[in-house]
Parts: sequence; structure tokens; C-alpha cells
Amino acid sequence: METKALQRIYTKIGQITKATCTLRATDVGYEELATVDGRPAQVVKIVGDNVTLQIFSGTEGIRTDAEVVFAGKPPTLKVGDELAGRFFNSFGDPIDGGPQIEGEEREIGGPSVNPVRRQQPSELIATGIAGIDLNNTLVTGQKIPFFADPDQPFNQVMAMVALRAEADKIILGGMGLTNDDYLFFKDIFENAGALHRIISFVNTTEDPPVERLLVPDMALTAAEYFAVDKKEKVLVLLTDMTLFADALSIVSNRMDQIPSKDSMPGSLYSDLARLYEKAVQFGDGGSITIIAVTTLSGGDITHAIPDNTGYITEGQLFLRRDTEIGKVVIDPFRSLSRLKQLVIGKKTRADHPQVMNAAIRLYADAANARTKLENGFDLTEYDKRTLDFAKEYAEKLLAIDVNMGTTEMLDTAWALFAKYFSPEEVAVKKELVEEYWK
Amino acid sequence: MSNEQENRTTGKVNGIIANLVIVQAEGPFAQNEICYIVHNGVWLMAEVIKAQGELAYVQVFESTRGLKPGSTVEFTGHMLEVSLGPGLLSRNYDGLLNDLDTMTGIFLKRGEYTATLNTKKKWDFKPTAKPGDQVTAGDWLGEVDENGIAHRIMVPFKMEGNYTVKSVSQAGSYSPDEPIARLLDENDEQIVVTMIQRWPVKKAIKAYRNKPRPFKLLETGVRTIDTLNPMVEGGTGFIPGPFGSGKTVLQQAISKQAEADIVVMAACGERANEVVELFKEFPELEDPWTGRKLMERTTIIANTSNMPVAAREASVYSAMTIAEYYRSMGHKVLMLADSTSRWAQALREMSNRMEELPGPDAFPMDLPAIVSNFYARAGYVVLNNGETGSITFIGTVSPAGGNLKEPVTEATKKATRCFYALSQQRADSKRYPAIDPIDSYSKYLEYPELQKTLAETISPAWTGQVNQLKNIMLRGKEAAEQINILGDDSVSVDYHLTFWKSEVVDAVLLQQDAFDAIDARTPLQRQRYMVDLLLKIINAPLGFDGFEEVQPFYKKIIDKLRQMNYSEFESEQFLAFRKELDRMVAERTAVEV
Repeated sequence: METKALQRIYTKIGQITKATCTLRATDVGYEELATVDGRPAQVVKIVGDNVTLQIFSGTEGIRTDAEVVFAGKPPTLKVGDELAGRFFNSFGDPIDGGPQIEGEEREIGGPSVNPVRRQQPSELIATGIAGIDLNNTLVTGQKIPFFADPDQPFNQVMAMVALRAEADKIILGGMGLTNDDYLFFKDIFENAGALHRIISFVNTTEDPPVERLLVPDMALTAAEYFAVDKKEKVLVLLTDMTLFADALSIVSNRMDQIPSKDSMPGSLYSDLARLYEKAVQFGDGGSITIIAVTTLSGGDITHAIPDNTGYITEGQLFLRRDTEIGKVVIDPFRSLSRLKQLVIGKKTRADHPQVMNAAIRLYADAANARTKLENGFDLTEYDKRTLDFAKEYAEKLLAIDVNMGTTEMLDTAWALFAKYFSPEEVAVKKELVEEYWK
Repeated sequence: MSNEQENRTTGKVNGIIANLVIVQAEGPFAQNEICYIVHNGVWLMAEVIKAQGELAYVQVFESTRGLKPGSTVEFTGHMLEVSLGPGLLSRNYDGLLNDLDTMTGIFLKRGEYTATLNTKKKWDFKPTAKPGDQVTAGDWLGEVDENGIAHRIMVPFKMEGNYTVKSVSQAGSYSPDEPIARLLDENDEQIVVTMIQRWPVKKAIKAYRNKPRPFKLLETGVRTIDTLNPMVEGGTGFIPGPFGSGKTVLQQAISKQAEADIVVMAACGERANEVVELFKEFPELEDPWTGRKLMERTTIIANTSNMPVAAREASVYSAMTIAEYYRSMGHKVLMLADSTSRWAQALREMSNRMEELPGPDAFPMDLPAIVSNFYARAGYVVLNNGETGSITFIGTVSPAGGNLKEPVTEATKKATRCFYALSQQRADSKRYPAIDPIDSYSKYLEYPELQKTLAETISPAWTGQVNQLKNIMLRGKEAAEQINILGDDSVSVDYHLTFWKSEVVDAVLLQQDAFDAIDARTPLQRQRYMVDLLLKIINAPLGFDGFEEVQPFYKKIIDKLRQMNYSEFESEQFLAFRKELDRMVAERTAVEV
């Protein structure tokens, strides 16, 4: 931010805490950007003529006579077609050595879409992964996170889904991304020849954590430009939202707010919802789909971050290592796509809903049989069949390395039913059994 | 924004902390008074939530970005009020009852407020009162036809005391803001009444004679509710459940199928796509009770999770006010709020910004009182003219971490009579609706008033049968635990029988496919048929040679019963399955040892 004429410059800071400084200033707007000794900062509180600024990179070494310059505007992003193929930092400045973007300047974190202007999502996103397409079908305009422990390959799966989905633009919002993962995304997009439709806003672990609070808004402002102005199908990838929420809690703590569950700010739900709700399907074809990552601690989904996320998003994709087959699978019990009802059996074959449910029910029977086995009880003949079924079902359908069309997935499921069970045991509608049982 | 008050207090913005704004007032103001902050020519609505000397702490119903100290503030002299009148049905509103459809543009613009009622539309008015009638607030003066529902034009609720009708307009077509009656108060002062009246949403409308205990079942078509834990007209209930346990699907099923004249849905801090589903489906779907479109009996209030937090609280109060308005006309109103936890969280955010001492989980200390006052606005009432009306209120609660011991769930449990606990375990095994048959309850089932109506309308044996089913579920759970501890072959065959009997009830009565055209809604008569059939099968003396025989037999029984659920009631196919079942049971009885 270069200094312009008429900008008000202050050089007397009254109070400095770890993350904020307070000074007397007038005619300052709420959420306005500023620089303190060149460091980016934002107005978070105004009481009378006392203005409190949050300094994104922290206040280490800030002098009481540091130069404070107000920008007269909230954070903005310059939008335009030139965004495509570029890499930016949390402030929307290029980090790939390329030129600044020339375009219309838009405030980030803009207003919500009027709900009556939304369309009901109805376009299926095919990923080839049966754990998703068969059991948890995704739809454009949906928002859904991967719930995964930090050691699971969530970024890889997410990149695969992104590349297979037929999106016009893929926007990556990386928060607290390790440098290695940043390079992974860069490479995989480059190798797929998809760089021209990718835009990245990246805050790596080397950057100050509080800066990453701006990343999702930057990514979503760019997404709104392409979805609304250009009527494009935009896919936004946000990883890792747990680190975003951690940054929220740092800020709230430094602002002396009373923490609620798990030391998270009481506004966590609203803070996350504001972002996820940017997912939208418009009537003219434009859409924003959000796929996020929420890392868990030891698979615990009752922690405030995954818990609030689950209440906001339209389902979740739960990654789990299946020890039976030694592969990562999409857990059919804990995963859910709330919007699948809008497409399954409609955009896919009519037997889809029943087949999906029957397979999961049988897989649950297998889980019960496994518990029996672990407790040292004898298994019935039915139990044994469910175990064999479960193994083959995991191998052929749940594993994330599967890549096939939905019809093929359904046929595979029917073949497994016929191999291990009688029609009564599968308990699906009679008409379907007559048509598909082989 | 209007000039309804001559000496309006004004003020200046003094401080801004997110959506809490501190205003230096230049005159008196009231707690909960509405004011507008003028920011660059845009008027932002706000509500006073604390007064300290000349400082008014106001919560702004909009984003405060860019707001500067010194901006002008104008107080309105009244609390948060909404307009009530014909044309509320089939509309989609935000939390402050701004009509979403008449807003311009794709994005919600800060400070854009639209009229709740369309004053251009004319209504066919029929007078029902005549000059000389003595009336009080809430009494009916006439009616208009609103989507086939008799919309009574009432003496405004704000009018205290007794009035005499001086004149009522003749039958004819009128705009909602035209005078339709003239009343005289006790001092012979004339008051002009139109079809529109205004009411402060945080106050309950009490224009009724009394509120007796509810006694009539409210049919929802959801078997696990109607049969096992019935909801009543004028009852209260809540649905807590972790995410993914099917709260919204269940609530939407209730909203579509329930036997109500009017449905008011408050989507409070929830997903926009779910609201869009209502917007798109309700104008298409048929009300099973009248054959009209569902939207014709419905008002949707959408304050989705990305809309201003302060308006979330307003949204549930606005919805309740609309419900009370229609109840005063003698209608059966069903109100649903999804989710009341989001409202509680909005209260928490504000309490935190005001630096109040926190209660449990940082919620405000008075949360239980606020919740219970709110639920108390529901109920079955006898109006002043002897007619009856009701508000049945079902809220959902989103317990943090799925833990039912958190403050919002506990506060709500104390305030409501029906508890529909959604279980994660049932949801995981896709047993939908995931209402836990053991933990859930309906206190109304213990009401002699309700038992009497059930005996008269369903069958004299009904309450006994329901309790028997509950017992089967409980014993089944105990048997399952024993089998899990001791193993299949270490318990007697009876345990397996007990367990599988509960599985039959679970699979056939409790589980219901909300996405199947036939299974989604089961009328009471069909529920009765299935209950009779289930108990007949369960009570039949069946013989088994060993536990290995039990599971395959009951799996087949369940399969046939489920096929019946998917078939048209009493159709050929339905009866064929029934016949087959009878044969299977008879055969098994024959081999008894």
C-alpha cells in the first residue's frame, strides 16, 4: 500500500498489546485497513476517538511513535480475468513474480446472496470415487468438507476431486499450508495442464497465522467474480479450515473475549457460516462449490471446529484407513452428502438410492459381526457372509483409488449382493430386485 | 424512518465493536427501542439492548463495516414491530419481515427494507360484525379469503379496553390499508381500523379467553411421532440431534404433512440451500389435507446463517407473532424453528460483546428464562368469541458436539413437553428418522384428555397398544445388550425372540423413508392397521428349534412388512404381502414344539 496524498498519518500510539495497538484518530471507518510501521493492520474496535488496530503480523518491535496510515477502505481484491493462473498472498498481492492485477477493486467479505435469488442445486459433480459418487454424491453449489486426521492424504484426494470435477475455475485458499503442500498443489495443477483455470491465495506456515483470516474471503471474492459476472462454475478449495479457526481463537483471545467450547470464540458458528454460505447455485449457470478440509484431532468430531462445521456444511466426507484392505476409504457411516437426494435416482439410475442404503446397511451388519468376533463369540453363517461382503465392498467401492462411472458402481453393488446374499436379506424394493438381481 | 413521532430522540455514533454500536443519545430512549443509524445515506436498523446514562448500546441488524463515529442516529419511539394483515401467507421474508422477493439485485443490500404486505393488492372483504357490537382487542370484524383460509380482520391487538362498533364497510374489494371499520372508545373517540395492524414482536399476543390443556392429536404422518410419541394441537416439542442425524429432513416432513391450517417456518441461522428447497418445493407440493399447494398455507422466514446475526433473534419472534396472529383467527397453526441453538448463539455473541458475566458455556445467564418464555407463547386457546385456535411449536436444537447436557438443550427440555431425541447411532446405521425410541418422550401421552380423544378417534385399545410397543422396544434393547455380553448361544432363544420382535417394530414402524412417495406419509388409519398387524405377529406363539432359526425368519417378516410400507394402502399388492405374512406366521406357529 503506497502512501497517497490526503492520507491521514498518525505517530502517537497509546497502547500496544501482543496483537493490537490503540491510538487516537478521527474519521476512521470500522474494518478499515491501515499500516503500522508498514505492517498491515485492520480496525477492530472504535470507542470515541480511540481506535484499536489489529496488526496481522503481531506487534513485536512496534514503537509508540510508529507511523500509522489509514487506507480509508476495508480489504479489497482487484478482480479480472487476469486472476487466472496466478498465485497470491493473503492480501491479494502476487507471490509468483508476476505483475499486479489491473481490474475492478472489490471489497472482500461482501454481502450475502438473497436466498430467493438462489437456485436449488441440481447438477451432479462426478469424481469417479464411489465413496463419493455412490454414497455421498456431490452437487454444484454445495459446501462440504473432508474430515480427516492430519496424517491422511486429504490434500491429494481434494486435488484429485478438483481436477476430475468439470469446473471452469478452481480457486485454492491455502491456510497454514506447509511449503511442501503448496508445491504439491502447484505441481499437480501444472502437470494436469490446468494452471490456466486455477487461482491460488496462499498463506503458508511461514507467514503470520492471523493473516490467514483474509484468505477465504479473498478466494470467495474471486469466486463471486467468476460465478456472478462470468457465469462460470467455480470450485473453491479451502484447506485447512481448522487452522483458520485456530487463528480466530488467537484473535479473540487477544481481544479479551470470553471463550466458549474448546477455547473457540462464541461467534465461531457465524464466522464459519459466513464463508461456507458463499456456496451458491445461480439460475444462469454460475455456481460456487466449496470443498474444504477440516483436520481432526484423533477422529474427534465433537470438537468445536468440526462440530460447528458439520452444522453449517451440507455433509462431510470422512476419511478413514480401513485396516482390512490397507487403504484409505470414505467412511460410509460418518460421511454424508445432504444434497445427494437432489440428484441420486434422478440424474443417476433409478435404483441408486436403494442400492446405496442396502449396501451400507449390510456393511453395518458386518461391523456388528466384527464386534462379535473381537469379543470372542461365534459367528453365524450370515455374519461370515457379511464380513466377506464388507471386505470386497471396501476394496471395490469404498477405497479412494476407485475411478468409474456411477452406473458401473451400481452394477458392482448388485453383483456383490447376488454373490453374498439372498434378495430378502438385501431388502430393497421388489421391482428393483426383479430388474437388477443377477 | 417515518415521521410518526414529533419529538424523536436523536444521537451520534460513539463506538463500534462488530455489530454492537454505542450511541450518545441526545434525549430519552427506551430499552429495546428501534433506531436507525445513518451511514452514507443508508439507514441501518438497530435495537437498543442496554442503556447506560446517555449511552445507548444498540445491536445493528446489518454489517457495520465502514461505520464512523459521529454518524447520526434517529430513534423511532417504538420496539421492533411488524405489520400484520392479509398477504402474509405464501411469502418469503427475512427475520425482520422484509419481503425477500421484492428486493432488488442478487445480493442483499445493506439498509434495504421492503414492505411486509403488498398494499396494492385488493381483498374481498365480508363484514361479520355490525354497528353497535361491543368489541375488544382480537375480536373479529370481518374476513377476507386468503388462499382459501378465512383471514379475519380483527380489532387491533394494541387497543386496550372496550369499544363499540360504529360502522363496518360493506362487502366489497378493498386495499389492506383502506379503512374497513370505525370503532368508538369509551370516550366516544373514533378509531379507524384497516386490515393492517402493527405489533411489537417481543410481546405475546394475549387476545384470548383462556388456554386449556391440549387434548387433540396433531397428525404428522410420521409413524414414530404419531404412534409412539404423539404431538398435540397446541403442544410444544423439540428435536435435538447432532449434525447429520436428520433434524432438517424430519422437520420438513412435519411441515409438509402435518394437519395444520397454517405453517410458519423460521429458518434461523441455518443453511440457505435448505430454505431454497422450501422455496422451490412448497409452491409445487400439495397439502395432503386440502389438495391446495403447500405454499398457500405457509409463511417462510429466512434468516440464513450468513445473514446478520442480530436479526436471528428477531426472526423467531417475528415468526411467533405471525403464528399468534393466525391463532387469533381461530386457526390451527404449526410453527417450526430450525434451529433455536443459533438464536441462543446470537444472544451469546451479543452478551459477550457487552462484557456481561457469562453463564455455562459462555451463554447468557438468563437463557433458560428466555427460552421458556418463548415456548410459553404456543398453546391451544379459547378465543373471546368461544372459537378455538392453536399454535403447535416444534423447535430444533443443535447441541454442541451432540452432547445433550449442553445449556440450550437443557433449557429447552425444561420448557417443552415432547422430546424427540435424534440418535447418532441410529443415524449412522441409516435408521431414519433417527428418533431414539427409548430416550424420546411425549408427556401428552400421559394426559387423560388426550387418552380420551385417542380412544374415541383411533380405538379404545390405542394407548395400551402404544405402551406395549414402547415396552417391546425397551425389552429388545435389554435383550440385545445381554446377547452382546453373553454371546448368541449362551442366552436362551427367548432373548433372540425379544430382540427380533423389537427389530420388527423398529424396521417397520419407526423407520420410514422420507423420500419414498408412499412411505413418507402414513395416515393415522394406516398406522392403526400396521400397529394391529405388528402386535398380531409379535404376540403370535411362534416356535423355534434354535436361535439360528430366529434371525432368518424375522428378516423375511421384516422384508414383507417393508414391502407393505412401500405399497399403496390396501392395494392388491399390499394385501398380497399381507396374505403371505399371515401364511408365514401360521406355518411357524404350526411347527411349534
